[in-house]
Amino acid sequence: MTVKVNRFKCGYCGACVSVCPPGALELIETWIEVDETCTDCGICAKICPVGALEVPK
Amino acid sequence: MKDRYDVVVVGAGPAGSMTAKTAANAGLDVLLIEKRQQIGDPVRCAEGVNKTYLKEYIKPDPAWISAEVKGSKIYAPDGAMVEMSEEISGAEVGYVLERKVFDRALARDAALAGAEVMVKTRATGLLMEDGFVKGIKAEHMDEKYNIRADIVVGADGVESKVGRWAGIDTTLKPKDISTCAQYLMTDIDIDADFCEFYVGHKIAPLGYIWVFPKGNNMANVGIGITGHMSGELRAKDLLDDFVQKRYPGGKVIEFIVGGVPVCGTIERTVANGLMLVGDAARQSDPVTGGGIFNSMWAGDIAGKVAANAIKHSDVSAEFLQEYETKWRAGLGRDLDMSLVVKKRFTRLTDDELNTLGHSLEGIDLGDTTLIGLLWALFKANKKLLWDLRGIFKGIKEIEMEASVEVNS
Ligand SMILES: Cc1cc2nc3c(=O)[nH]c(=O)nc-3n(C[C@H](O)[C@H](O)[C@H](O)COP(=O)(O)OP(=O)(O)OC[C@H]3O[C@@H](n4cnc5c(N)ncnc54)[C@H](O)[C@@H]3O)c2cc1C
Ligand code: SF4
Ligand code: SF4
Repeated sequence: MTVKVNRFKCGYCGACVSVCPPGALELIETWIEVDETCTDCGICAKICPVGALEVPK
Repeated sequence: MKDRYDVVVVGAGPAGSMTAKTAANAGLDVLLIEKRQQIGDPVRCAEGVNKTYLKEYIKPDPAWISAEVKGSKIYAPDGAMVEMSEEISGAEVGYVLERKVFDRALARDAALAGAEVMVKTRATGLLMEDGFVKGIKAEHMDEKYNIRADIVVGADGVESKVGRWAGIDTTLKPKDISTCAQYLMTDIDIDADFCEFYVGHKIAPLGYIWVFPKGNNMANVGIGITGHMSGELRAKDLLDDFVQKRYPGGKVIEFIVGGVPVCGTIERTVANGLMLVGDAARQSDPVTGGGIFNSMWAGDIAGKVAANAIKHSDVSAEFLQEYETKWRAGLGRDLDMSLVVKKRFTRLTDDELNTLGHSLEGIDLGDTTLIGLLWALFKANKKLLWDLRGIFKGIKEIEMEASVEVNS
């Protein structure tokens, strides 16, 4: 699990949550949490409208 | 909060509030939970809705109507413009709402109908027994609760988990989501009578830009692009480009982002003791991304089916199939048609979009139906739009000829 959430960019819209295949993301209050099931696939980072997510290569 | 209800509805957007209201009106014991502390805020919406449709479900109130428009204008990449009346503009054009107030009004209606409403309360899982959903696990103010219910309704929007927890895979592929950014702008020169749409691969790859008037020289200026086109350039970057060129002196007074499902109908939306409604059921329109009315319409059916199921003490998937059958017969068919249209239109180049735009320029579409508009486009561009022929099946050619000619 390495996806990094930039809380200062995130607009807490939940779009990333809907595309995550293992369901590793959750929008809680105004922040995104990532759990250990993340596979670093990078899909969430691709679709985020503001680029708040980063999956280091 | 009690520890058991007839129905627990997860999510207090238009889908959830309508479901809760309808079920409560039918005499059920209903709990509506919303994880945010303020219903409807931040907004994830351009706030356009067809007023004729909307009026079927709620009495218009100036408190949540920002503006009223006469129709829409669609701009092809080269500026060719097609003007449409409100009637054919579809579910997104008529009123421009103030959704923070609208969503709260819907939740209030549910509460007044007798539903219990809890905010800042998040569903974290389902209670399952013998293959049936029996309630939810929830968190409120850092405390955990088990809340039992005969039926759980997942109205938890684009980020829905309720379906997944019950074994319905609602995960969206990047091509199945429209990723959006929007500014509420002021001090800009807009046509207050029309919702504007701008299409083209350069400005909005596989999506569009919208300008929806909000009254007093304000407008929601936003963009949605299909997820797989996002990456190097994102929704926000493309929106900034457009705004800089189109409204250089404009001022931004609000910024929001969001995602909306554009996948079309999914395989199933019911399970034992469970129904999905609204964006959670992926009921938003694959072309426009409009989902306010769709989710209210489906919520109303879900509420009625819930009442019927409780009355018959049968909450099995077979019984709840009534909901699935009903929404597919109405809304489902519209979504299927939109998907066909989307598949064709997303393959058009900017030049081809220009051709389509010019083919309708100067034609008064009057108040023909949406299918009439597509028919007019099809007739003028048969080669380009041949793939669409299937959607006209069963609709008499004469009817469509008439609907366009009367007005041209
Ligand atoms: C940028 C943008 C522009 C749009 N423009 C338009 C438009 O102009 N016209 C139109 O008709 N549609 C538009 N849509 C689509 C429209 O906003 C949605 O279709 C509509 O809001 C769907 O309603 P819903 O009730 O299903 O979901 P939502 O309104 O998203 O409500 C779901 C609710 O569930 C809550 N929730 C989620 N998970 C949980 C949980 N675990 N526990 C408790 N609560 C939970 C959420 O906080 C949320 O409040 C737009 C969407 C976007 C993103
Ligand atoms: S998609 Fe981006 S902006 Fe939206 S919640 Fe996820 S990280 Fe935040
Ligand atoms: S990288 Fe893939 S698995 Fe990890 S959170 Fe993002 S979408 Fe989910």
